[in-house]
Amino acid sequence: MMWYDRMLSVDRRWIYLILAVAVIVTLVLPVRIPVSISGEVRAVYDFVDQMRDGEIMHLAIEYDPSTMAELHPMAESVMRKVFEQNGRLIMSSLSQFGPAMADEMIQRIAREYGKRSGIDYVFLGYKPYPAITILAMGTDYRVPFPIDYYGADVDTLPIMSGIRNFDDIRGVVALCGGNAADMWITYGNAKYGMPLALGITGVMAADYYQYLQAGQIFGLIPGIKGAAELEELTGRPGEGARGIPYQTASHAVILVFIVLTNIAFFAKRSAERRAGALH
Amino acid sequence: MEAPSFWPLFWGGIASVVTLGIFSFLYRDNVVYKFIERLWVGITTGYWTMLLFHTSFQDKVWTPIFLQGKFWYILPTVLGILMWFRLSKRYGYLARYALAFYIGISTGIYIPLAIKASVLYQLHGAVRGIDATVSGLMFTLALIALICSLSYFFFAREHRGVLGVTSKVGIYTLMIGFGAGFGMTVMGRVALLGHRVTFLFDYGNQLVRAMF
Repeated sequence: MMWYDRMLSVDRRWIYLILAVAVIVTLVLPVRIPVSISGEVRAVYDFVDQMRDGEIMHLAIEYDPSTMAELHPMAESVMRKVFEQNGRLIMSSLSQFGPAMADEMIQRIAREYGKRSGIDYVFLGYKPYPAITILAMGTDYRVPFPIDYYGADVDTLPIMSGIRNFDDIRGVVALCGGNAADMWITYGNAKYGMPLALGITGVMAADYYQYLQAGQIFGLIPGIKGAAELEELTGRPGEGARGIPYQTASHAVILVFIVLTNIAFFAKRSAERRAGALH
Repeated sequence: MEAPSFWPLFWGGIASVVTLGIFSFLYRDNVVYKFIERLWVGITTGYWTMLLFHTSFQDKVWTPIFLQGKFWYILPTVLGILMWFRLSKRYGYLARYALAFYIGISTGIYIPLAIKASVLYQLHGAVRGIDATVSGLMFTLALIALICSLSYFFFAREHRGVLGVTSKVGIYTLMIGFGAGFGMTVMGRVALLGHRVTFLFDYGNQLVRAMF
């Protein structure tokens, strides 16, 4: 068996093992890799940074535990920054497995900053059919959410006084792990025209730059790199920053494998052509 | 630092065992992986069913009609019941009335907004003045790439001559796009892996602190 045949028939479990070792080693070693800030993430940071005292923003936590690795650091950064600016938050969680996860984060960070439910923030919770819920929120928050996640009548909450729909808030930052991003663009921004930024997983990122380029969203936080950039800007490195070293290592390993495999592929093709020419 | 208490350690242990059980599939399919996979399917199905019961039946049917006296909710409830007739061979046609209502409303809302968001705004974003700045140069390159990519999908003429050149450029543009998508996908998947490994590390540290 020639060297290129051996390379092309390597058991995939060796690749899994090498990748696992690369991730584990970079997690154990105290490596810090600088993160460059992209314009699309800075736009989201600036949007929150320029919030006035008491101004209200909607943070949509539309993901569940399967995608929290990339999106939770973004949610924490945005929430902390808003509270540091003395802004206020309306939060929703339109992903069916997400509300409990969102509630844990909200309560933890609110306690950290001494913020009070109903006054400094309101967590509306979950309603099915995100498209219909977004359409209804654009008319009146009280239509889909007459009560908040904790059972309080939304009309009795001080934060909701004078707030009817998207026209009365600064804008929406939607952190989405699935097609909720399309729904915010189509049913939210296209219908109501409110400022919209998206935080999305890496898998989805390539598909949403077109909306950034067209101006339908003013900012985009793509995957864990975007989360790390946001943490760099807010000055509070967290899980996003912790992820960059093993991201770098794993990408480097995959690049090496791709190059080696391509060398083997072209070597094999060249050998087969030479063998064909001889016969 | 305070040692963690029993229950967080217990549930963290369950999560660690389940994580490692799922990862065991990478070596080969095995009974532990099969059990955990079915356990996950069962838990999510049960959770989702009860969530649907509470948010769809209790909040939309029982509470409005029987507790709040909003009797107009009976109409959508009847439409929902008609959907279930789909399972009947004899009366399955009744489901079509509810489906027609649902499709009519949803397409009536969706189509204009989708055309606005996915076509008109995108067209608007692709048509703007070219200027002699870095941003203008990047926009020009994007515009050329867009036109060439679209020309690749023009099949009314053979791809020769000028169309051949533009469609070739279009293919390379598409390949660059797919490559970027692949790289972002790798980043996303590795992030999930790293999060699980981080969890296992942190749990290991907690366990050692609790034991010693």
